Amino acid sequence: MSALSPKSAVTKLSYRGVCKAFGDKTVLDGIDLDVGPGQAIALIGASGSGKSTMLRCTNLLEPIDDGAILLDGDDITEPGRSPDPVRRRVGMVFQSFNLFPHMTVLANVTLAPRKVLGKSKDEATDSALAMLQRFGLADKAADYPDRLSGGQQQRVAIVRALQMGPEVMLLDEITSALDPELVGEVLNVVRDLRADGMTMLFATHEMSFAREIADTVCFLKNGTIAEQGPPQQIFSAPAHPETREFLARVIASGRL
Amino acid sequence: MAAASTSVLAALIVWRVPKLSGWRSVRKSFFDADTFSTSFEPVLRAFWLDVRIFLVCAPLIVAFGMLIALSRSVRSPLLFPLRMAATLYVDIVRGVPIILWLYLIGFGGAGLMRVRTVGIGPISIGTYLFLGGVALVVTYSAYVAEVFRAGIEGVHESQRSGARSLGLSTRHTNFHVVLPQAVRRVIPPLMNDFISLQKDVALVSVLGPIEALRRADVLQDKLFNFTPFVVAAVLFLCVSIPLTRTADYLLAKERRTMSGTAVR
Repeated sequence: MSALSPKSAVTKLSYRGVCKAFGDKTVLDGIDLDVGPGQAIALIGASGSGKSTMLRCTNLLEPIDDGAILLDGDDITEPGRSPDPVRRRVGMVFQSFNLFPHMTVLANVTLAPRKVLGKSKDEATDSALAMLQRFGLADKAADYPDRLSGGQQQRVAIVRALQMGPEVMLLDEITSALDPELVGEVLNVVRDLRADGMTMLFATHEMSFAREIADTVCFLKNGTIAEQGPPQQIFSAPAHPETREFLARVIASGRL
Repeated sequence: MAAASTSVLAALIVWRVPKLSGWRSVRKSFFDADTFSTSFEPVLRAFWLDVRIFLVCAPLIVAFGMLIALSRSVRSPLLFPLRMAATLYVDIVRGVPIILWLYLIGFGGAGLMRVRTVGIGPISIGTYLFLGGVALVVTYSAYVAEVFRAGIEGVHESQRSGARSLGLSTRHTNFHVVLPQAVRRVIPPLMNDFISLQKDVALVSVLGPIEALRRADVLQDKLFNFTPFVVAAVLFLCVSIPLTRTADYLLAKERRTMSGTAVR
């Protein structure tokens, strides 16, 4: 990172009063947040607090009901705007991997670069193999996803998103579906991204990981950011009683 | 175990059935060796027409059925009329017996052509054959569309999310992610429909073309013996059984490549 502090005047991604309801259930209730370039933001909170929905709305997989989300100052949630150009710039990785089971690892990873970015097959393959190699997956290129462990599948899903050259990565509880012994290999990939200066938002239940790599931790409660701040502050001296209560429950369940 | 139970059952049939009082006359009128050999060739020749109707109709049914299924699966509110038209089509076509559609499209279509070509003479058998094929395509594509639609809806929403999140368009998502999985999933029910079609091509004979069933009927009239029908049955079996086994084989092979272990 350069001399720019994470709290620089430039924001990569801004949330302005974002609201979202499913039927009469409010899921996001006025989210305000600024994310600077290269920042890593951890979203924590109980299930149903709106973490996933916030990420899905950012990738435009869910339309928002009110407010706006800005990418480089540009309103990406404007009605009638095509979501595809935005999705090219904002990568997303899911809890359940969402790899395509009928394609090999290599085909999974090269499909979008070829169809969306118009890369040639050779170009996409070279780039994909190089990145698979970097994340220790080179020997899996010809396998189908079902043959891979959960940790390997999730790493492939990350490579798949990265092959689009995104400016922002959204990671939606990417270790929640993994056996405990496989969590580490996936988190190592995220550490790598962090070291490369990737702007990231990640919803997580891994509190020690959030503490380690996040610049800012946001605690979500009932669709609002109840508290946000640097990890030391959130985990050592939470101001909000709800945050304290949530962290106490997490500690009691042995996850911190 | 399986071999033992099968041979016991087979032995029972071979031993019991000939003891039934009507067996002699049934054997004479259905399983007469001479009639079998004399009628085999003409019925086989006529069966070639069944095969050709099938080969021409099947790809058209797949294409048209897929088109209807995609129309029924569109999500854009703008395209609602398309979805409604496809739904209506499937409901109406499936609600009427296939043989009735053959009469309606066959004779109705011929009537329309007669009006257009007034005074030129009778409608040719070729025209009826064409209209019969149209009727099969119209009816079967409605059934096949429903099979495809079930397959499309069976692909988990997360697959769509995964594809769209990468910036793939709806069209690319459908073509590269949803449809390949949907089609694999529906191969067995689809094969059922095609095995039915392989037999239902014989219905075209109600419009006049002489295919295997019709030829057998004619021979039966002439020879006073039902054996030609058995010939036709054997010929239909010769196509449908390999068709079924091939489908099973392809499916099993597909399962093996996509996942390491088979769940019993």
